[in-house]
Amino acid sequence: MTERQQSQDLDTPALLDTLSSDLRLLLKSRNIENPMMIGIHTGGAWVAEELHKNLAIKQPLGTLNITFYRDDFTRIGMHPQVQPSNLPFNIDDQHIVLVDDVLHTGRTIRAALNEIFDYGRPASVSLAVLVERGCHELPISADVAAAQITLDKNQHIKLSRDEHNALSLSIAEAK
Amino acid sequence: MKRHDIQLDQEGRLRHFLTIEGLKKQMLLDILDNAENFTSVGNQQVKKVPLLRGKTIANLFFEASTRTRTTFELAAKRMSADVLNININTSATTKGESLLDMLRNLEAMQVDMFVVRHKTSGAAHFIAQHVAPHISVINAGDGSHAHPTQAMLDMFTIRRYKQDFTKLTVAIVGDIMHSRVARSQIHALNTLGVPEIRVIGPQTIIPNEAAQLGVHVYHDMHQGIQNADVVIMLRLQRERMEGALLPSEHEYFNMFGLTEEKLKLAKPDAIVMHPGPINRGVEIESSVADGPQSVILEQVTYGIAVRMAVMSMVLGRSSLTENQGSQTDAN
Repeated sequence: MTERQQSQDLDTPALLDTLSSDLRLLLKSRNIENPMMIGIHTGGAWVAEELHKNLAIKQPLGTLNITFYRDDFTRIGMHPQVQPSNLPFNIDDQHIVLVDDVLHTGRTIRAALNEIFDYGRPASVSLAVLVERGCHELPISADVAAAQITLDKNQHIKLSRDEHNALSLSIAEAK
Repeated sequence: MKRHDIQLDQEGRLRHFLTIEGLKKQMLLDILDNAENFTSVGNQQVKKVPLLRGKTIANLFFEASTRTRTTFELAAKRMSADVLNININTSATTKGESLLDMLRNLEAMQVDMFVVRHKTSGAAHFIAQHVAPHISVINAGDGSHAHPTQAMLDMFTIRRYKQDFTKLTVAIVGDIMHSRVARSQIHALNTLGVPEIRVIGPQTIIPNEAAQLGVHVYHDMHQGIQNADVVIMLRLQRERMEGALLPSEHEYFNMFGLTEEKLKLAKPDAIVMHPGPINRGVEIESSVADGPQSVILEQVTYGIAVRMAVMSMVLGRSSLTENQGSQTDAN
């Protein structure tokens, strides 16, 4: 993982290509031939859709909604969410590739790991993210990240998807 | 102050859940959407999420119930809350302790939520008015007034099978007068924009004010069930009947029992619902209850997800107020 991308105008398709090839290399180096991919709602699921297609993964794509595993439920309360988790396969003894759009504090990944283990006992979990931004608050880092971006606390990075399913990352100043 | 105002906090979030009356459409949709997410918990190997870890919920059932109490209990446990089932018949109230004294004691045990079932209309509301500010109350059925979580699980079931509320004809058949379920269903159906709500039953057990609730009243089942998309059968509540409102169960079945024959008058893809427990051969024929159009057992399963949604919304909110001002970044 090098600092491939530092500027504010992020070339999202190029990042997706980088992530796909880096992930392919990682799986090869770990001798994982038939991984199962799980994307975290919402942005992670979009990135996972692309990776799942690019890597021609045979198993169906799983999605996780980590709302019920968040550590800040008592602070932010309940909000009607996107979609339920859907893992259309048995994860026992399988090699899982967990996908998110941005790795920041690590808390989302902590929640996702907890949820995955309530579905079974995987052989391994690898983490692939489009962007790793600093400020980890937990001992969690990505196995592959297409870019590492250092942002100020008041900056936000957001993935969006247009009507043609094209993904784009943008950085904005918080209010 | 109106009865339902007490349900919402200053920010308009759900603080107690006592009745559907007065709640906005968006609130009902939020409950249904949240419940949709909770359905996945039932598919996990470990059917438990840590959402309400450390919360304590007391089930106060002053009236017998199996399905409602157990689904509330399961819902709470699947969210990792601790559950107390207070058996009122053997508890101190029979030793002369007043209801409010019992509540104060449970508050002293740092309970966060009361789930209340009572034979008196307004009981949950009364308790909500008297609990400490941090405690939430959920009405699990009060007299013939309201049973809002049952109504919401019925709405959830209808949405699962019929998607669009604004195109439906829903027929509710039976003992409307004694039914808190029917009352809550009618409020929910109206709020969600169902254009045609019918109530069907003998004159003696349809309340006079029924028409004011925005429903059409039928005393002939054959007419009432015509082209319905959803047929909801209510239990003939023998224990709530005072005086001779009905000639006999046999005659009731002949006139208002749902048979395969009568069901043919509804739309071919109509679903049949019943809040349970069912009286086979009284309000519903066995072959219909077990038939392909029946979604009665699905209602039970969905009831868990809906109760999880309501409990998490209410408890999530209450802690929010305590921790106002602190925010954590996602990712």
